[in-house]
Amino acid sequence: MANSPTHKPSLWHRHAVFEKNSIILIIGILVAISIGGLVEVLPLFYLKSTIEAVEGVRPYSPLELAGRNIYLREGCYNCHSQMVRPLRDEVERYGHYSLAAESMYDHPFQWGSKRTGPDIARVGGKYSDDWHRDHLRNPRSVVPASIMPGYPWLEQTPLNIAHIGEDLAVLSVEGVPYTQEMIATAISDAKTQGSADDASTAAFLKRYPKAITRDLGGSVGKLTEADALIAYLQLLGTQVDFKLYDDKANIR
Amino acid sequence: MALALLSAAFALGALIVAAKAYTPEYAFHAYIFAAAGVASVFAVVNRYYNRPAETPQLIDGKPNYNFGPIKFATLAAVFWGVAGFTVGLVIALQLAYPVLNFDLPWTSFGRLRPLHTSAVIFAFGGNVLLATSLYVVQRTCQARLAGDLSPWFVVLGYNLFIVIAGTGYLLGITEGKEYAEPEWYADLWLTIVWVVYLLVFLTTLWKRTEPHIYVANWFYLAFIVTIAVLHLGNNAAIPISIFSPKSYIVWSGVQDAMIQWWYGHNAVGFFLTAGFLAIMYYFIPKRADKPVYSYRLSIIHFWALIFMYIWAGPHHLHYTALPDWAQTLGMTFSIMLWMPSWGGMINGLMTLSGAWDKLRTDPVLRMMVVSVAFYGMSTFEGPMMSIKAVNSLSHYTDWTIGHVHSGALGWVGYVSFGAIYCLVPWLWKKKELYSLKLVNWHFWLSTIGIVFYITSMWVAGIMQGLMWRAYTALGFLEYSFIETTEALHPMYVIRALGGALFVLGALVMVYNIYMTIRSPKTALIGSQAALAPGE
Repeated sequence: MANSPTHKPSLWHRHAVFEKNSIILIIGILVAISIGGLVEVLPLFYLKSTIEAVEGVRPYSPLELAGRNIYLREGCYNCHSQMVRPLRDEVERYGHYSLAAESMYDHPFQWGSKRTGPDIARVGGKYSDDWHRDHLRNPRSVVPASIMPGYPWLEQTPLNIAHIGEDLAVLSVEGVPYTQEMIATAISDAKTQGSADDASTAAFLKRYPKAITRDLGGSVGKLTEADALIAYLQLLGTQVDFKLYDDKANIR
Repeated sequence: MALALLSAAFALGALIVAAKAYTPEYAFHAYIFAAAGVASVFAVVNRYYNRPAETPQLIDGKPNYNFGPIKFATLAAVFWGVAGFTVGLVIALQLAYPVLNFDLPWTSFGRLRPLHTSAVIFAFGGNVLLATSLYVVQRTCQARLAGDLSPWFVVLGYNLFIVIAGTGYLLGITEGKEYAEPEWYADLWLTIVWVVYLLVFLTTLWKRTEPHIYVANWFYLAFIVTIAVLHLGNNAAIPISIFSPKSYIVWSGVQDAMIQWWYGHNAVGFFLTAGFLAIMYYFIPKRADKPVYSYRLSIIHFWALIFMYIWAGPHHLHYTALPDWAQTLGMTFSIMLWMPSWGGMINGLMTLSGAWDKLRTDPVLRMMVVSVAFYGMSTFEGPMMSIKAVNSLSHYTDWTIGHVHSGALGWVGYVSFGAIYCLVPWLWKKKELYSLKLVNWHFWLSTIGIVFYITSMWVAGIMQGLMWRAYTALGFLEYSFIETTEALHPMYVIRALGGALFVLGALVMVYNIYMTIRSPKTALIGSQAALAPGE
């Protein structure tokens, strides 16, 4: 066909340019795979409707952040989702459907993909600290049919927060609104939050409004990994007050 | 020599990091890197002094193929395969009998599950892809692999990444993103290895004598290039210090979710599909001794597949806080993706036309053909599950797990086993496999295992999904969550049984391969050249 001057080379023939030149083939591949990704990802960064503004969402306190890192470390996301879908049974079982704003400070997100255990996007405040402590030590002591692993080492391991300020500093670079003050007081803030009464509680609550501050079970000054994890779990889903939340406010 | 100095500097740097590490786990990894650096110094120096004057590119007019790194990757694939399947069996049993978590950090489900997924996808699958791609690119280009040390660096460096990633999970070092769990330093190391891999592959392509690039190599190239893009996009993280394993991903919330599943679904699309389609396009025609069914179909389905796959990610995020428009786009493209997927299936299956009788006599070919059938099945199931109405039931349940395993065990597993059964005699220059009868055993053991696995997971998933949304006549939720968990127990036991059969089949393969390599039957020199249609 290429020899015949009266016919244009067919489309199939033109494909030879990709087959004969590896660099052109790579460029073709890059173009083909870029379009979908760009169309789906980029608008999420500038469309205002992606994350509607919601009252009450604040960055994690240092203790909650340390707890969240333990949640990641133990791979809790493999079995627990943190995303209530707007379906009747889920809203009745777990609570108000999850809002985008509720995970806006999550690096990384923990929406999960499997519910071997229940969704825990709104587990905060549903159970007592002691229940969580028992449940982490031996899930079957409080839920006899549970298939969750036991995590007895968490309450035996002292919490290592020596570098938690560096964690906050990195997150502030990535856009989480931690102030220099918050970074500087990170270690003492974690200790304040985990103890029953502390002179610095008021200042701490100013930095992290509505955070729980109580003796999390561990003795004062000796926070364990379980304490941090419980502080994180008790926060989940409690930041937005759904009595005040207006789900029509952002409809355009 | 510069390479040796670089390795020495690398080892020294790793030692300094080890000394100042924030955690003992991180120090352990730094020591592994240091040891690898030292070993590499010895290897490079040794090679430098023992190097032949010049490696001949041709011997007796035939290309002098470089099989050393391929042999290593093949054996590594077999090793990681058995290890990864076994860990899968362990975690399946843990879900049926939670006492098997042993209340220890490094044996609990949350740490073992990433070990299982990474071991089978990246360690087993990755080594299969390395072995086959480096083999296929040499054979189809009729040229020796480019570079001398670099192919070895790719293969050994990749397996070092696997060791770092795997031990990291057990020690609790993770980014907490599914299928992208390795931390920043492992990711950086993989990036270096991957760039060298691309260069080795490309420079070998450039040595080809035939003007056209064979279709399998398009798929390999798409796999290598796209995985690089996805890896960099989804692992953009800032470490809190060079002395700490911990990093924070720069993306957050909704954007992180979208980027994660853009990565996650295309790890399926480009690692587990494009790469393994390349295997199909070389090994099935070769084994069946028939040309690929349709050249035009391969062009259409190649471009359609890589263009559409990249859009499909949001179907993992239906009904979440991801904006609706993105969910709808993801669903639409996922459904359309059915067509190019089946284009590939048809091209693979129809290559057998005129040679279907071989399925009776050749269990290796049968394994690969059944793998393509599984590919067809799971690429129908996938688009169906991406429909929002179906997804509202199937999501978060074991149906997803069943779907993944029909693709993973059936498609990826079988096409890999088929390729390994072909490669081993070719690489070790044996006339044939030790026993085709054992291949038959492997085939039937694992097929029954897969059937147990996917049927029990269908039942478990659909049942649990229906129980979650069941209402009583008075309008209350009928079941508590834990009641739905209890109902799954028998299905979890059957699933573990299926997994055990699959592991057993893989062990039969190990024995068969061991005996093949040991056997004294050496192939005639000419026999390989006669078996070379697709080139």
